[in-house]
Amino acid sequence: MKNHKNQKNQKSPNDSITISGAEAVIRCLLAEDANLVYGYPGGAIMPIYDELYKYKDQLHHVLTRHEQGATHAAQGFARTSGKVGVALATSGPGATNLVTGIADAQIDSTPMVCITGQVASHLLGSDAFQETDIIGISTPVTKWNYQITKASEIPEIMAKAFYIARSGRPGPVLIDITKDAQFEMFDFNYVKCTGIRSYWPNPPLNSNHLEEALQLINEAKKPFIVWGQGVILGQAEEEFKAFVEKSGIPAAWTILGLSALPTDHPLNRGMVGMHGNYAPNLLTNECDLLIAIGMRFDDRVTGDLNTYAKQAKVLHLELDPAEVNKNVKADVALITNCKTSLNALTKRISKNTFTKWLKRFDALDVIENEKVIKGDLFPIKPGITMGESIAMINKYTKGDAVIVTDVGQHQMVACRYAKFNQSKSNVTSGGLGTMGFALPAAIGAKMGAPIREVVAVIGDGGYQMTIQELGTIFQQQVAVKIVILNNDFLGMVRQWQQLFFDKRYASTEMTNPDFVTIAKGYHIEAERVEKREDLDQAVGRMIASDKPFFLEICVEKENNVFPMIPTGASVSDIRLE
Amino acid sequence: MEKKTYTISVYSENNIGLLNRISAIFLKRHINLESFSTSESEIPNVFRFVIVINITPDKVHKIVQQIEKQIDVIKAYYHTDEETIFQENALYKVKSSFLFEERQIQNIIKASHAKIVTVSPEFFVIEKTGFREETEQLRKDLSPFGLLQFVRSGRISVTKEKMGISEILNTFKNNN
Repeated sequence: MKNHKNQKNQKSPNDSITISGAEAVIRCLLAEDANLVYGYPGGAIMPIYDELYKYKDQLHHVLTRHEQGATHAAQGFARTSGKVGVALATSGPGATNLVTGIADAQIDSTPMVCITGQVASHLLGSDAFQETDIIGISTPVTKWNYQITKASEIPEIMAKAFYIARSGRPGPVLIDITKDAQFEMFDFNYVKCTGIRSYWPNPPLNSNHLEEALQLINEAKKPFIVWGQGVILGQAEEEFKAFVEKSGIPAAWTILGLSALPTDHPLNRGMVGMHGNYAPNLLTNECDLLIAIGMRFDDRVTGDLNTYAKQAKVLHLELDPAEVNKNVKADVALITNCKTSLNALTKRISKNTFTKWLKRFDALDVIENEKVIKGDLFPIKPGITMGESIAMINKYTKGDAVIVTDVGQHQMVACRYAKFNQSKSNVTSGGLGTMGFALPAAIGAKMGAPIREVVAVIGDGGYQMTIQELGTIFQQQVAVKIVILNNDFLGMVRQWQQLFFDKRYASTEMTNPDFVTIAKGYHIEAERVEKREDLDQAVGRMIASDKPFFLEICVEKENNVFPMIPTGASVSDIRLE
Repeated sequence: MEKKTYTISVYSENNIGLLNRISAIFLKRHINLESFSTSESEIPNVFRFVIVINITPDKVHKIVQQIEKQIDVIKAYYHTDEETIFQENALYKVKSSFLFEERQIQNIIKASHAKIVTVSPEFFVIEKTGFREETEQLRKDLSPFGLLQFVRSGRISVTKEKMGISEILNTFKNNN
């Protein structure tokens, strides 16, 4: 334990009391304002569940139908509430089932604490029933993890876990607690963690670098902003908007940055990346200054790095030093929370507009509108498109809903066309691309933002990966709206097969069940739309409902998502058809 | 970019699992290590890893950033051979009969400045500290006599420049 003395804790207001390790876990959760947890019981975590039973008035436990669902729900909760999501699971398979969600939270910087039960400490390493080395397994996909074998470690480690999960660049932490430590009685005393000597989550703004950044901005004739989730995680939406508006610089978002700035803001020029908009992708290779804010130059954003923004100076505003110069070399980097750096920049820049430069965006938008958007939103063919389905959701939610998406064609279309008025409204699996994410994430998203409308838009493939969470929705009566865009295909893979594998549709066609009947089996109101003329009213009924609602929209089977930058190609090689 | 030998020095807490966390960073990037050693550092309760890799300057920088990102790592640095003082340690186990029967072996030991650690009726053990070429040369010289066992440690190294770990820890103490 000596090492954890190297963390700084607040003074305790209470004297200690003698309780079990299991009860201590509950009290730690409550002390960290975590009164909602997702999980699944089992042998090695039963003492904690027993305490959950006793504390059910103070701490709401949501029984998901699979541990993966618990992690995604915790992620959805974290993404809309801004708080730390918590997932519980037992040892062995319970713990391994968390891994996908943990990996997703790690790559998408989602604050989450996972607590797993473990076999009793004297059995560690004996290949006991449901023993698995979850610390070893989760190491590469956690921000931090720790195995507790003594009850006395629980308060300090739990305090540290929450501190690490939410501070700096957020991420998942896993705490594995042996069963004997859960039973053990000890003197409990909780003090919040306020610092760890080996961890510096908030580096200060370097004033020399700030001057260099200002010079870059002042000299730029064709500056361009690409922002990511760092703006949302850094709670810097206001500072970001002020910077954009004062600087007059056109800005585009990565998929996780979506909703940080309203979609109808005149300087919001759309999405960058593989299925992003035409103008921001092409003009990445025309700008003279690329200002990257809270983003990490993912390969889906940059395409071929050797031909990415080579003509431009790069200014990188980023909290995580390991992301600076990782993929794209920065001429100047401001390594601190972008709330701080944006504020400092906005104070010092002069008000500007780039009329001529913005016209370049407008001109390219016209081309994309003609070649892609018109056909998506106002199709001539009888089949319903994914694009018009999203537009119909916009019509009824007016941009105020949280949209939760899964992974694939529907995700790209939803992100392209969904309207957002406020931040923390786009919940999707970006970095890991986890099919099956959306349905459980929507549960958490709704619980994290209960007064908001939450619409999960999911493909028929991903839906069936976690379809069992309909049980959680029914049991908890979570009023999420579930829209399945059903094309009876694994659409994105099929699109790649069509374009790059000579239409060899290997294992992408799906023979689907009657989704409406399945939803009704869970006593969830359900409808199916097959014709365009029925779409408007069905979406209307769905949004008007104050209960969980399922809507299957049968869409055109073999539509493709454009624009598209083929893997490894340059952003300049963006295809419109 | 050309590959070079780099010595990575990691100052960290002594927590179970950190070794796994650091090795995972190399595993994820399909990078093999030349050597790896760990011990307590000059600061009580602070551990030091010394890792040697052959890699491009660009990659070593990124790896060190990833290592430093780990919660339990206080600070990580990387240096070229010119910037460090480094040594390796090797042990050689030889049949005792050779020591008395082969005069040559005594000359080899003398010439290499190796030390005899122990002598028993069956075997004797020689220890040699130095650069890789030196411990390697001694191994070559002794192998005709039938080395019973040979083992070489990972590189240990100190840097010519100051690394300032105490300052970092003091800043934390003063700020909190």
